[in-house]
Amino acid sequence: MNIQSIVENITINIDGQDVEVPKGINIIEAVKMVGKGKEVPHYCYHPKLSVAGNCRMCMVEMGMPMRDRATGEAILDENGVQKIGWMPKPTIGCATNASPGMHIRTNSEMVKESRNGVTEFLLINHPLDCPICDQAGECRLQEFSAEHGRGYSRFIEKKNVKPKRTTLGPRVTLDDERCILCSRCIRFSKEVAGDDVLGFVDRGTYSTLTCFPGKDLSHNYSLNTVDICPVGALTSTDFRFKMRVWFLKRTDSICTESSVGANTEIWSREGKIYRITPRRNDAVNDTWMTDSGRALYKAIESDDRLVQYTIEGVHKSPEEVANAAVELLQLGDVALVGSAHSSLEEQFFYKTIAERCGAKVSLVSHYGEGDGLLLSEDRSPNLRGALVTGLIDQLPEAKLDALAHDINSGAVKTVLAVNEDLTQLGIDSETLAKVKVIYVGTHANKTSQVAHLVIPSLMVFEKDGSFINQSFRLQRFKTAVPGPRGVKSDITILEKIAAPLAQEKAAPALAIDELWLRMVKTLASLPESLSWRSLPDEGVVLDAKAFLDLSFVETKNLKYDPVAFKEAHTASAQAPAAAAQEEA
Amino acid sequence: MAKTKVLERKPLSFAEKTFLPQIVTGLKTTFGTMLQKGVTLQYPDERPTIPDNYRGVPTLVKDPNGREKCVSCQLCEFVCPPKAIRITPGAIDAEAEPERAHVEKAPQEFDINMLRCIYCGLCQEVCPEEAIFLQDIFSLSGYSREEMINNKQKLYELGGTLPDKHHKWDKKKSAELAGNAH
Repeated sequence: MNIQSIVENITINIDGQDVEVPKGINIIEAVKMVGKGKEVPHYCYHPKLSVAGNCRMCMVEMGMPMRDRATGEAILDENGVQKIGWMPKPTIGCATNASPGMHIRTNSEMVKESRNGVTEFLLINHPLDCPICDQAGECRLQEFSAEHGRGYSRFIEKKNVKPKRTTLGPRVTLDDERCILCSRCIRFSKEVAGDDVLGFVDRGTYSTLTCFPGKDLSHNYSLNTVDICPVGALTSTDFRFKMRVWFLKRTDSICTESSVGANTEIWSREGKIYRITPRRNDAVNDTWMTDSGRALYKAIESDDRLVQYTIEGVHKSPEEVANAAVELLQLGDVALVGSAHSSLEEQFFYKTIAERCGAKVSLVSHYGEGDGLLLSEDRSPNLRGALVTGLIDQLPEAKLDALAHDINSGAVKTVLAVNEDLTQLGIDSETLAKVKVIYVGTHANKTSQVAHLVIPSLMVFEKDGSFINQSFRLQRFKTAVPGPRGVKSDITILEKIAAPLAQEKAAPALAIDELWLRMVKTLASLPESLSWRSLPDEGVVLDAKAFLDLSFVETKNLKYDPVAFKEAHTASAQAPAAAAQEEA
Repeated sequence: MAKTKVLERKPLSFAEKTFLPQIVTGLKTTFGTMLQKGVTLQYPDERPTIPDNYRGVPTLVKDPNGREKCVSCQLCEFVCPPKAIRITPGAIDAEAEPERAHVEKAPQEFDINMLRCIYCGLCQEVCPEEAIFLQDIFSLSGYSREEMINNKQKLYELGGTLPDKHHKWDKKKSAELAGNAH
């Protein structure tokens, strides 16, 4: 199915215009490639699923250059141009592959009439639910009915009655009356999620989508069926009736659930996040993401969120806390417990701080079971970032036994902990009481409770930054919602700590662009020409040569194969080429 | 500079100099009007009759069965030019209100900020459920800004019941109960 890897181009004619398209591409994709907003309307076709061809919405007229059957010679018209033999009936675009010389009409009378007819049939039993339907505003049926429908109904008979408000699984609610039987969800469950739970029962207009007996739609990818549903049949139980989509602002982001780094879109209104959906990136997550990753934003409003800068539990200004941190760090005997959840920019700062105060850096691994798709074994989004910034040079351990030993022996007097609860990592509270702790994190835990200084940090939805995923792809995320009141961005406060350590003056308001100028100068793995703002939406693959000897925990998943990855990056001369190819 | 033209003022005639004709004309108007029917109203004791299509304070109405009509589609919130409307949508609790469970959706909160409202009537025009109407209330006042924000309860108090004959959701319910023909 990888269209990109096919290089051979052929010429086809779309609406009287010759265009070059890759061989084997289907008509829907070919028309999309022509651009200019031209689109063949479709419901059942999805670029990442098999072709079913059952909605009949993508009808186009097709013709081939005429040849004499006996001799094979081209038949010419009076002008000496080869005649086009148009098919008497329209054909579906999704299952028609482009072949050389093919002629396509996407806008002829016959095409318009067939779309109109298909729309009328689809609307026969479709309820007039738009005011209470969550899909309104992003509903393909709504859009195409306005565009290609007749605008009024000729149907006077009673509409079909089907089950409504069916609970398909823990996160998905089904309204069968709205279903247009496109079978995208069925194909997704079978082909991508690998859990064949959905199917149609009954015949004709009584066809009904349902779960197989004794099964439910509970796999960790169930909400993708809601995303690909072209109508409002499958709805997210969590997002149901929460907000109309036209009020929501979309922000590009990256999922922090695992090192896969699925590309996401954050849907927010007035500083409140309502849902997270996947964003298409063919090199990372196609158009999917996990259900568990979509729920991560709920931690924003949790009660144990850290929102105040404190010294010994007393509320202070950010500057006072930063100064106190500088004083503590200058005393020496510092240990830094970094985090693979920090952005690349923050890790760059922690590396700088560790260098400037001679701190020993340790990182903690967060490993879990992978599912072979979009949930990798490494449950931190930016472990590769810690390697690239030089924060660590070995893979992290699960526990901090070495640090516990250092504390007990008196070699460490101050611990700068980033988003890790040290009491869970082999350092009991007695040991922790022997040192002064500077805690930087988003949520309160046992370590933040005993910390000398607490610096609240922003969550991924509240700041700009970047992560490096399992295949060393540098990806950018943007601010979707403002952070808690009074909490400054991490890089601002880290600049206030890092600069005085080297007797420099801190930049008053450090912009991420300025920081990136420093980063590309310092870090060998980042190309000089790179800047945060110019990072493409699909990310940039970094040179991973230096880190190939490390035994990363990720096993084969949707877009990552450790063996193939190593091979592609080992041949050093071809590495840039391979990266470029993967990029393409 | 525009050119100005100086006009010669005509000298007053004898009659004009006495001012009597002018006084008489004026008094004629005064007495004439005094005997006619009054054109003003003794507001607030007397109230004007409000035309049917008058655009007064927007209100929410209930259907003939006294049930909430609004399904919180938020189209009025979207269309409202001064952003006076603010809705928190929510689901209808099927267990608490089984007879209305098939409507599925209703506003949890519905606020119209009357300090912002410009009485344009777009909310009424856009409403697919005919739930919001600009009625005949034209004078409203309050002692605080909060008082000027009409919440859902106040909106229903002001709106009352609309005796329409659509019964859209009742039809839906009876179709659901009747089931399919086969």
